[in-house]
Amino acid sequence: MAPHLRKTLVVVGHGMVGHRFVQAAIERGLTETHDVVVVGEEVRPAYDRVALTSFFEVGAEALSLLPEGEYDDPRVRLLLGTAVTGFDPETRTLLLGDGEVLDYDELVLATGAAPFVPPVTGHDLTGSFVYRTIEDLEAIREAAATARVGAVVGGGLLGLEAAKALADLGLETHVVEMAPRLMAVQVDDAGGACLRRHVEGLGLTIHTGAMTTEVLGDSHVTGLDMRLSGLETGASAPSSTTVDCDLVVFSAGIRPRDALARTAGLTVAERGGVLVDEQCRTSDPHVWAIGECAAPDGRMYGLVAPGYAMAEVAVDALLGGDGAFTGADMSTKLKLMGVDVASFGDAFATTDGALELVYSDAVAGIYKKLVVSEDGTRLLGGILVGDASAYGVLRPMVASGLPLPANPEELILPVTSGVSTSSTTGFPDEAQVCSCNDVTKADIVAAAADGGTTRAGTTCGSCKTLTKKIIEDYYEAQGKVVDRSLCEHFALTRQELFEVVAIHEHTSYDAVLTAHGRGGRGCDICKPAVASILASQLNHHVLDGANQTVQDTNDAYLANIQRNGTYSVVPRIPGGEVTPEGLIVIGEVARDFGLYTKITGGQRIDLFGARMEELPAIWRRLVDAGFESGHAYGKSLRTVKSCVGSTWCRYGVQDSVQLAIDLELRYRGLRSPHKLKGGVSGCARECAEARSKDFGVIATEKGWNLYVGGNGGATPVHARLLAGDLDTETLVRYLDRYLMYYVRTADRLQRTAPWVDSLDGGLDRVRAVVVDDVLGLGTELEAAMSRHVDGYFDEWKATLDDPDKLRRFVSFVNAPDVPDPHITFREERGQSVPGDATGPVSLGSTIPVGAP
Amino acid sequence: MTTDQTTDQTTDQQATTDVTVCRLDDITPESAVLALVGGDAVAVFRTHDDGVYALSGYDPVGGACVLARGIVGTRGGVPYVASPLHKQGYDLRTGRCLDDPEVSVATYDVSVRDGVVLVAPGARSS
Repeated sequence: MAPHLRKTLVVVGHGMVGHRFVQAAIERGLTETHDVVVVGEEVRPAYDRVALTSFFEVGAEALSLLPEGEYDDPRVRLLLGTAVTGFDPETRTLLLGDGEVLDYDELVLATGAAPFVPPVTGHDLTGSFVYRTIEDLEAIREAAATARVGAVVGGGLLGLEAAKALADLGLETHVVEMAPRLMAVQVDDAGGACLRRHVEGLGLTIHTGAMTTEVLGDSHVTGLDMRLSGLETGASAPSSTTVDCDLVVFSAGIRPRDALARTAGLTVAERGGVLVDEQCRTSDPHVWAIGECAAPDGRMYGLVAPGYAMAEVAVDALLGGDGAFTGADMSTKLKLMGVDVASFGDAFATTDGALELVYSDAVAGIYKKLVVSEDGTRLLGGILVGDASAYGVLRPMVASGLPLPANPEELILPVTSGVSTSSTTGFPDEAQVCSCNDVTKADIVAAAADGGTTRAGTTCGSCKTLTKKIIEDYYEAQGKVVDRSLCEHFALTRQELFEVVAIHEHTSYDAVLTAHGRGGRGCDICKPAVASILASQLNHHVLDGANQTVQDTNDAYLANIQRNGTYSVVPRIPGGEVTPEGLIVIGEVARDFGLYTKITGGQRIDLFGARMEELPAIWRRLVDAGFESGHAYGKSLRTVKSCVGSTWCRYGVQDSVQLAIDLELRYRGLRSPHKLKGGVSGCARECAEARSKDFGVIATEKGWNLYVGGNGGATPVHARLLAGDLDTETLVRYLDRYLMYYVRTADRLQRTAPWVDSLDGGLDRVRAVVVDDVLGLGTELEAAMSRHVDGYFDEWKATLDDPDKLRRFVSFVNAPDVPDPHITFREERGQSVPGDATGPVSLGSTIPVGAP
Repeated sequence: MTTDQTTDQTTDQQATTDVTVCRLDDITPESAVLALVGGDAVAVFRTHDDGVYALSGYDPVGGACVLARGIVGTRGGVPYVASPLHKQGYDLRTGRCLDDPEVSVATYDVSVRDGVVLVAPGARSS
């Protein structure tokens, strides 16, 4: 193609939709014929505005959709921080804020929408904000640092997001909503009431049926006047009231940014937005509009998914395709302040003859509504508040018109009635399971059959449950059973065993085996698993009575077995803090017993090469010097690593050493499904690498951020934020709950990262249980941890005090003074390391043998 | 000589040179002790039904003398010990490795007389 035939395509707006358009243009080859110029008003490239609130946690970089700052296609030019002041469809020219004039062949408007600020008096005072860009959030954060009370005008989806952000920033927070309920667009009155209870439970004050009449203040916001409709107070007439506040965030809806199109004389829709046809073409054939600034068929869509669909359609049209945008699925599922909210299909039962099925549990804070067709055969829509786990099954039923089961109420009844797991075998193959990536049931089954994968569940994740169920049902239909029993001796999972032991108050492995086993005497799988469960619940000495024979060798000898049959010894050094005297004792013990010495990854000192019979003598010295067992041998808490924190560090904002010591001492000895590690960093520099731990704490200016589920073992995983800016008491409470929840429900040898993933809802589920206490288990989990803390004693000290337990620490039962000849050492870098093993060794018959 | 209990394999001839290991009560059921028998390190096991078995204490896979420290139970009805190093199971009756047919450990004749555990020096097989 001759060079002069290349055309210029200008995209105005680099938000999520503008970015998606450019991506699609590159992927589908539009840049083969077009040079693309993207003009963005904001200084940063497109970022994930849907996840805007997480900016405070993860920072701007993590939200960026174009972290490199440019496209890797040289035919795309990105102009940021550049305003467009107008364009002329006659001359096909575009005027930039800096005076530059761009010629275009095709123009795509992706200018998005702007927050609507009601024109009340005082709306422009210092201290009033909107909630739309990263800059808005930065300004809000700065203002919040000196503010005490904040008010959000608007109780919709974004308003509640903003309110959460204010609350997280430490402000007393009010929400002022004109409608009689929260999230009026998505949920009905009963759902709104349920949602309101959740939000109020977080300490926010909600005013519904309240219209903001004035923002008070001279130069700076000091309060907010509102008029109450009276519905809420029960008053017969409207009344007025004032909230004293230092800042106001307006989140009362959005308006399409269609000014450029209006000025250029293009047709706009009655209620705003550039009117476009099904291919997203405006009234000018060379101008296109996509996303929130566009109004296909006169309707504006305030969600990103329809915007993405429009971007794809516009690229297709520019390539000569005939794709069309004919409306969008407005279903939404979100996690708002830890509360599941989902709304899909005909949520308000507007279809003729539609019937509603409602399940409501005010105590648990759950509201579910299904809208079904008059004849009860099809699902039309629904609302879920408090528990949206069924969304993944229900939304595709609406989209694909699947027939409802005979008892549709079972779809929303609590899971104990057996339901949300109804079989998927009746689903037609063409049922679309993942709408984000257009994956059908047939695709998933095909992938399951040949061991492949699909992209189902990889975008919004709402179809994960259904995808998993389809795969399970597939295997079941093949006659394959996913066996989750612990081993040949128990048909139960570890979690079930944990519950069985708790309910029946078993205190020994034998009792568990007798009552719940299925024959045989146990093995190296079930014995340590039950030993761990008993230890978690009983706080007894692991070597007490018959339970000593069910311990793995590490627990059985309270030390870590090493490759040549010797053991390593690790005294506890809480938080890594140790006195010079302590160091000297450890050094002397290591020297006197000829032990190899190494600093561990967990800020402790490991003494290697101890013969089993030497362990009591070594520990005698350590215990006398004030050391206690570090539980380096147990599936239990190992260490809580720390940096030096505010005591010594120039940057530290909190005392990480003290917290690490406190946490390590609190959870020491806690037997768990796998070993546990923690970390505490005194500032965001993260020198303790807390986010690579099962639980990690990072100091902020205002408290502690708690991360969980790091450390995936062979598959490294970073911990993710569970809750932010906590005071120490709340932090410990959440940690108590998190660890106990893990101890109770994880599989045998399952680390925290895969455990979190294995829960239905993943991290959200952990947050629901730990932070929001949706199961009402919080108090019980804390009490269980409290019993553990109160019952703690040093295992090695107790062992040294008990001749019966010491009896086994001998080389040969009939020759306790003869060392095991299989253990040999050689020297490496000045220390002892295991010698090579060469098979069974005979000491010969001349060695004297003692009598029993 | 009275016999409280003997394993099938014990013969009178061997008994005359048997090495005293310990009292049966010194071995907790479903565990083992390591004994020095004619210069060999021998793991002596007691099962839940007071069956007594003796194997070489050396784990040929892990290369260390640790079998007496393994967990004792049953696998598919077979009384076995799991090596504490890498969990290979060994049939207490035959010394056969349950996870690898190429591997086995030596067995020893063992008997219990007057509550005392005796092991005959010299492996029966290897």
